Amino acid sequence: MLSQESLKLIDVEVAKYPSDQKQSAVMAALRIAQQEKGWLARETIDAVASYLDMPAIAAFEVASFYNMYDLEPVGEHKITVCTNLPCALSGGVHAADYLKQKLGIEFNETTPDGKFTLKEGECMGACGDAPVLLHNNHKMCSWMTTEKIDQLLADLAK
Amino acid sequence: MLEIEIDGKQLQVADGSTVMDAANQVGAYIPHFCYHKKLSIAANCRMCLVQVEKAPKPLPACATPVTNGMKVWTKSEAAVKAQKGVMEFLLINHPLDCPICDQGGECQLQDLAVGYGESKSRYQEEKRVVFNKNLGPLVATDMTRCIHCTRCVRFTQEIAGLMELGQAFRGEHSEIMPFVEKTVDSELSGNIIDLCPVGALTSKPFRFAARTWELARRKSVSPHDSLGSNLIVQVKHDVVKRVLPLENEAINECWLSDRDRFSYEGLNCASRLTKPMIRQGDSWQETDWQTALEFAATRLKAVVAAAGAEEFGALLASNATVEELYLAQKLVRGLGSDNVDFRLRQTDFSADAVSQGAPWLGMPVAEIADLNRLLVIGSFFRKDHPLLAQRVRQAAKRGLKVASIHPTADDWLLPVSARMQPKPSEMVAALAAVLKAVADAESKSVDAALTVLLPADMPAEAKAIADMLLSGRQSAIWLGNFAMQHAQAATLRRLAQEIASITGSSFGVIGDAANSVGGYLAGAVPATGGKNAAAMLSESLKSYVLLNVEPSLDSAAGERARAAVAGADFVVNLTAFNSPELRAISHVMLPVSPFTETSGTFVSCEGRAQSFVAVAKPQGDTRPAWKVLRVMGNLLSLDGFDYNDSEAVRADVLDITAFPVANLSNTLDGLTVSGSAASAGIERVADVPIYATDSIVRRAPALQRARDGAAPAAYLSAATMTSLGLNAGDAVEAKTEQGSARLVAKADDTVADGCVRIASAHETTAALGGLSAVVTLERV
Repeated sequence: MLSQESLKLIDVEVAKYPSDQKQSAVMAALRIAQQEKGWLARETIDAVASYLDMPAIAAFEVASFYNMYDLEPVGEHKITVCTNLPCALSGGVHAADYLKQKLGIEFNETTPDGKFTLKEGECMGACGDAPVLLHNNHKMCSWMTTEKIDQLLADLAK
Repeated sequence: MLEIEIDGKQLQVADGSTVMDAANQVGAYIPHFCYHKKLSIAANCRMCLVQVEKAPKPLPACATPVTNGMKVWTKSEAAVKAQKGVMEFLLINHPLDCPICDQGGECQLQDLAVGYGESKSRYQEEKRVVFNKNLGPLVATDMTRCIHCTRCVRFTQEIAGLMELGQAFRGEHSEIMPFVEKTVDSELSGNIIDLCPVGALTSKPFRFAARTWELARRKSVSPHDSLGSNLIVQVKHDVVKRVLPLENEAINECWLSDRDRFSYEGLNCASRLTKPMIRQGDSWQETDWQTALEFAATRLKAVVAAAGAEEFGALLASNATVEELYLAQKLVRGLGSDNVDFRLRQTDFSADAVSQGAPWLGMPVAEIADLNRLLVIGSFFRKDHPLLAQRVRQAAKRGLKVASIHPTADDWLLPVSARMQPKPSEMVAALAAVLKAVADAESKSVDAALTVLLPADMPAEAKAIADMLLSGRQSAIWLGNFAMQHAQAATLRRLAQEIASITGSSFGVIGDAANSVGGYLAGAVPATGGKNAAAMLSESLKSYVLLNVEPSLDSAAGERARAAVAGADFVVNLTAFNSPELRAISHVMLPVSPFTETSGTFVSCEGRAQSFVAVAKPQGDTRPAWKVLRVMGNLLSLDGFDYNDSEAVRADVLDITAFPVANLSNTLDGLTVSGSAASAGIERVADVPIYATDSIVRRAPALQRARDGAAPAAYLSAATMTSLGLNAGDAVEAKTEQGSARLVAKADDTVADGCVRIASAHETTAALGGLSAVVTLERV
């Protein structure tokens, strides 16, 4: 189900915990699995759970709780906009509206060419940089004015 | 000890107690939903908020540890305000339609809303809707009603041993669900219905059948396994509508297995026999009791007179009551025969010659919590004894180490620290190896009679089990149903006894039915050289009395047992059910009451005699079997059948006040043991599936639809399958000396190599006969 490389990475995470508590590595393992597969299908979650000797539903609880895990397929570029209060007061909602209009999609939708997915995110711990958005879970983009959004989309479309 | 003051009352509580524990001690009720004494603390419903001195905010009583000098108010203005606030939040998304909810009248939320809710909702917005989940044939869902207390989740995780439910998603989107498309298959799943404080999880078979206030609540005892779970049977118009647990901390705690809970459906099934019937040629005629009893008595007398008493015998159900078993054996002995038995699934009776009493568990069930080593020999433990396994599971969390010697390694949902997986024919050798290992380690000599069995060398697994037992402080060795039904059951018992005596363990037999112990005490076994069940079923006698027995399903001999009974000249059948098999083999069928419609007594595995009374009127013309047997005794002009009530019968057998009851003994000193007979070929491992154990359960439709009710298949390990050239999913013909059955081959690596697991007690496999036998498998 998962590639040897991913399993090796998961083993590194598992080694951080006592051997009878493999399930402590579930968040890392799900992240690694998502990295490989692009998103977390139910079978992927099942595979991670059985690799960690934990009930599948317990892994699904984790995967469904945190919004960085994608339970549906996403586009090549997932853009997550923070709309929590501090961001919202500093233009987060406008940034999101601008992205929706520009990409022609709503939250949780993917552009027809499969390039972009737009997500509504929770606080990313950088309220001073508002509005903030996250590209593919890993790259934080700060002070996202309309110009900077145009620039980002142009870069990503390349 | 800690000092605490609750609502002005001073008390002392043990260190580590919570405010909830302390409040329970003084009898101060704190409203709650997620708190449950048997489950871990979640503190997520917030209903138990109380006011604590010097705490700026109300604190949840269930999760707040008591500190010395703490002052708590559970009903102060601040506490009640907090509780009312929580209630308002809980009701925001909960439907306010109690009249159409199945939980109405027995709903904690409904009850507490009366005390803490407002008469009118301030919430005007849309409520959330949650799609229902299919949890299988036993538990119905109404997930919109869920208040996310997570009791069901914690139950599956902590008590049932496998997390089958979880709370997925977050915040307002939280949902209790199983993993995609899975159902809840635990043999204890029905308990989540009791645990659910709202109407989100309700009983599927009982759904919309009655309101709780229409139902009479009557006490009874479960007839399905040897634990003797206490029941509350709920009855409406003399029909059993539902079964709930009656809390008894020493036996079933507050739980019930699904078999105990849902088997009542069998009591109301269409195949209940409600009128006495007499066979005339090939047709059956309904008749009245007088005619039927006189016919039975006259013919029985005639056949016994003509063929001799030794050609007459009685086969009795192992879940018949003590009173029934006692009167049945009295009838047999009154007619001059000694052919009586209730152990229909047993195959080795050599223990009878040296037995000194009824085999029993050897310890009280409540003391399982104190064990720290346990060896279970020959048992499908979790499915055979669901609640006993549950107790062992809890003890295992506190350090009990468990070992198993059994041909299959099915998952008991508890850690098994040492395991041997011999073929059935190697069971004796495996046990002998453990005996040698403990004797060597302790430098003790083994009883001379057993030395012939001791192996020259022993496998590492035997050593591991021996070490585990010897390192214990308080250990026990139990023989399961498979061991007791084994062809060398007595030798296994003798070996286990010796291991127990060397290791200082308590030693016992779990027992396969509600009256596995009581049958012995009632004398329902041959005493003076009469025929035992196997002998009575291998060759036809001239006449039989059957009591709630379906020979092909309830006996080790399977189809051959049916043929043996069918070969008799006259068969009197006392039965609660009618079936084609029973019609084919009987000459007169007398409708007798199942446990809900008669008074009686079961003696559980721990030697606890529990009497119960009828909870419903007998259906149709049904009568309690003890009364039928008494009248038959009178009609046959036998002495000692003048009982007025079942208590008088019981008084002749045992003293109900004694615990454990007298005449229990597991020792088999002086037994002539038999060595392992090596067998060539694939050996059958036969289990009695959890929902096939007795005639009531077999007729409970919801249980039969559950995963554990699936039809038998041929389960083989991958290696065995390869060696036979079979693939999973192949249709195979399984053949024994006795007969053949067509089954589907399924891969199951928990089965020992060289074995095939084929369930018994099912019509599709009855033709195979013997529980352990060499089987040939051919693809068809």
